[in-house]
Amino acid sequence: MKKRRKIFSPVYMTLLLIAMYLPIVMVVIYSFNAGRTIGAWQGFTTMWYDRLLQNALMGDALKNSLVLAAWSVALAGVIGTLGAIGMAKSHFRGKGALETLSTLPMMIPEIILGMAYLVIFSAVGIPLGMPTLVVTHMTFCVPYVYINVSSRLVGMDPSVEEAARDLGAGPWRVLLDITLPLVAPAVASGMLLALAMSLDDVIISFFVTGATTTTLPLKVYTGLRNGGTPEINALCTLLLGAVFVLVSLAQLWQARQRRRQARDREQANRNQPDRA
Amino acid sequence: MSGGKGAKMAGGRGTRLFIVPMAMVAVLFVAIPLCYVLVISFMTRGDNSTVQAIFTAENYRRLLDPNYARVFLNSMLLALWTTLLALLLGYPFGYCMARANRRWRALLMLLVIVPFWTNALVRLYGWKILLQANGPVNTVLRALGLIDQPLRMLGSYGSVLLAMVYCLIPFMILPCHSAVDKMDWSCVEAARDLGAKPWYAFLTVTLPLTLPGISAGCVLVFVPSLGLFFVSDLMGGSLMLVGNLIRDQLLKSRDWPFGAALSMLLMAVTVLIFGLYRRSGGKDLGVF
Repeated sequence: MKKRRKIFSPVYMTLLLIAMYLPIVMVVIYSFNAGRTIGAWQGFTTMWYDRLLQNALMGDALKNSLVLAAWSVALAGVIGTLGAIGMAKSHFRGKGALETLSTLPMMIPEIILGMAYLVIFSAVGIPLGMPTLVVTHMTFCVPYVYINVSSRLVGMDPSVEEAARDLGAGPWRVLLDITLPLVAPAVASGMLLALAMSLDDVIISFFVTGATTTTLPLKVYTGLRNGGTPEINALCTLLLGAVFVLVSLAQLWQARQRRRQARDREQANRNQPDRA
Repeated sequence: MSGGKGAKMAGGRGTRLFIVPMAMVAVLFVAIPLCYVLVISFMTRGDNSTVQAIFTAENYRRLLDPNYARVFLNSMLLALWTTLLALLLGYPFGYCMARANRRWRALLMLLVIVPFWTNALVRLYGWKILLQANGPVNTVLRALGLIDQPLRMLGSYGSVLLAMVYCLIPFMILPCHSAVDKMDWSCVEAARDLGAKPWYAFLTVTLPLTLPGISAGCVLVFVPSLGLFFVSDLMGGSLMLVGNLIRDQLLKSRDWPFGAALSMLLMAVTVLIFGLYRRSGGKDLGVF
């Protein structure tokens, strides 16, 4: 029985991973296809990449996506971190309700908020464009930062802050020198996740983008609705490359962080064998 | 203010102010838009302006119209099938991943996370290429002599289902993996020592112990699958889902009140699912 599981497990995982990666590989392969449509294979070319790099509209879309992500993630990072610290340290009526409301954008299907924004922005008379994109992306990015930082604060040893206070540090000093450095990794991973969500978003952007502003995912969406072109393949391949590098770096960094934490814990245990 | 207590209180008040920006975002950009949608779902469609402030429950009555009810039913069914398939495929993967040794686990985690991070559109596009009439799958099947005519796979119900499962399966794998990972294996060992066969031990010990992960995964797959309007679109399906219907009401028919009513129905379903999840003892979602 044990032997059977030993065979089943790698075979199953390999098969599922192939199913997961085969489409991605296809996109990459077909970006080098000489044919004009995504149809049959007609030989190798790198022409679509040249064409893509010369396409000014694509450049605009890329710039928009990056500017949008930078603003919304930065704002969400500050708002979410402050919110998590504030919520962890205070008790008031309606705290649960506020928490639910703040994390709601992550929970409900995106299309609900997307349509709500379109309807309310047009009712109030706010023109759609980059500002509306930033505000809405920021809103759905906040929960990712908030939840990451909150869970880190829950797991944190309160005696560290108390010790600093007992040693005479004022509340701001404690916040800047103790609390913020301790939650920094959680802030970073929350912002990273938010970045991925912002760069990925189609549904909300679809509703709140103006006639002149387009983001990369929206560009891909319209391209694909019209059947897809090798140029879109090339664009997707570049996006995939960027994501792969980003995720690998994040993973490496996290692994290093974990190793360091484990080492610290080990050291602490060695110094205080009775506490462990 | 002097003395420890005063300083502490100042800190307390200071940190309480930290909540203000988040509360403002929550009220301005979550509560108010949603309330506004609720309000216009009870209003009348205007002639020139899109919404007229005349109260009506007609939009909700229209939801019962067989055509719209069918769309809603289709969406729920597709979401159910998606969840079921994602569970059947994702749970074993999460399980095997948690049982793999440390080295492999890090790599597997990376391999699961990369598709999760890549744009859903890009990944769907890959399936489109694979499944098209003169694409690789048909070519291989033809070369093997299994078919003589290319299969029309794009646009079928199966292709939309496949794409849905494919988009959402990481949301199932990750919570299942962490549930199996956190499980106390001595319980399974105890069951085995007492003579339980492996499958029996799995069904009576492992499965109940990892149920929190399973239910979290199901919620995380089911809820988003209700709103992904672009999946059916891109796979070339004529399958109309709630998401597509809402989009069309907003941008094509420009019947905003009815679109709002549809959104509120979707919201009600979501709230119901989260309610059930909470009542069954589910913890916070979103962290895995």
